[in-house]
Amino acid sequence: MTDTTIFGVCAAAAVGLGLYGLITNPQPLRKIVAFNLLGSGVFLLLGVVGRRGAAAGFGNDPVPQALVITGIVVAFSATALAVALLLRLFQTAGSATLRSDAPTSAGINPSGD
Amino acid sequence: MTVATILEMVLAAVVLALGVWTIAARETFAATVGYVAYGLLVPLIWVRLDAVDVALTEAAIGGGLGGVLLLGAAARLRPSEPATAAETPGKIVRLSAAGASVMIAAALAAAVLLLPDPAPTLAPAAVANASATGLANPVTNVLMAFRAMDTMLEKVVLLLAIVGVWSLASDRAWGGRPGPRHQAGPHGVLVFLARLLPPVGIVVGIYILWTGANHPGGAFQGGSILAAMWLLVIMAGLTDTPAVGGRWLRLVLIAGPGVFLIVGLGGLCFGPAFLAYPLPPHAKPLILIIEVAMVSTIAVTLGLLLAGAPERSDQG
Repeated sequence: MTDTTIFGVCAAAAVGLGLYGLITNPQPLRKIVAFNLLGSGVFLLLGVVGRRGAAAGFGNDPVPQALVITGIVVAFSATALAVALLLRLFQTAGSATLRSDAPTSAGINPSGD
Repeated sequence: MTVATILEMVLAAVVLALGVWTIAARETFAATVGYVAYGLLVPLIWVRLDAVDVALTEAAIGGGLGGVLLLGAAARLRPSEPATAAETPGKIVRLSAAGASVMIAAALAAAVLLLPDPAPTLAPAAVANASATGLANPVTNVLMAFRAMDTMLEKVVLLLAIVGVWSLASDRAWGGRPGPRHQAGPHGVLVFLARLLPPVGIVVGIYILWTGANHPGGAFQGGSILAAMWLLVIMAGLTDTPAVGGRWLRLVLIAGPGVFLIVGLGGLCFGPAFLAYPLPPHAKPLILIIEVAMVSTIAVTLGLLLAGAPERSDQG
């Protein structure tokens, strides 16, 4: 068993876990955390694909690596925006429920306010 | 099976167990702590995948800053928890969600296991063109030259995110200071660390920016370390968050994308294309200028994203 097999399966499982948490957990903050878990799994998948493309003296294809670095920063800014929206919702409404929306809609969507 | 393989399996198992805890834990705060631990272990996987640049970014942003952001939100949202916990969907929804998630995870795992061999790769292309910039780190080359458009637009995303966060301020706090004013005991550990760590952290952050040209590191990693040092000083109450209406602050925020855009337009005017760099002896200084502008923008933006929407007026 190689490292790409082990971590590839691990990354796929992280995506599955994150998706399950995103759908079933009613609390918006938990949805945000689950969405981050999902995203982390997707990044890892990209890393595994890059690892298989190791060539020319590099242990990992530099192009997916650069994409993942960009992705991590964008994911962080989206998370910060989602958390700020959620805190503001709690501040103005006194609760943090998404019930008036469709209950299974993605809590991370910044436009879903 | 070698020792390394066994260690990798243990690492993957621990990371997955933390992922399960993150989803299954009853309390939001406990789940968030699980996610922070997950975010601190995932960089080890990146190191094993031979992607040290990503490992540094993931540790600084995914584990460090992201953890602070989510833990802070979990603490503030704790009163809302009992009401929303009662809205847990029924068994049918949960079972079908579990089914869908398992299917997607299985499809992804199968896709990874059945990828073509030898895998397609752009590494030889990155090596062949490395002489065009004079940088030795292939990841920095891709970020700053070959895919420079992505990096520039990502700076714009950071800017849009901070505009979005600031626009959530109430009328009273418009243009004011984000977050509560932190207080800590003057002889506490936090204040001690906030005096001790920043000099070291600032040097390390700048070193990581500088060394990114030839070794793992770069503007993102250095910038997030600088942001962490700034936040530490703010959380210890040694300084206050800046008023978001300040002019110098806004100038720093647009410095990164601004300089990038100017260099890009320069490539259009004096060179063959948008974001085209001049030939080797001049390309590296230009890229370093962009990176220095970027690192200050990244550090300030990440710190302010964590600080959140303005909550107090400028005087408060």
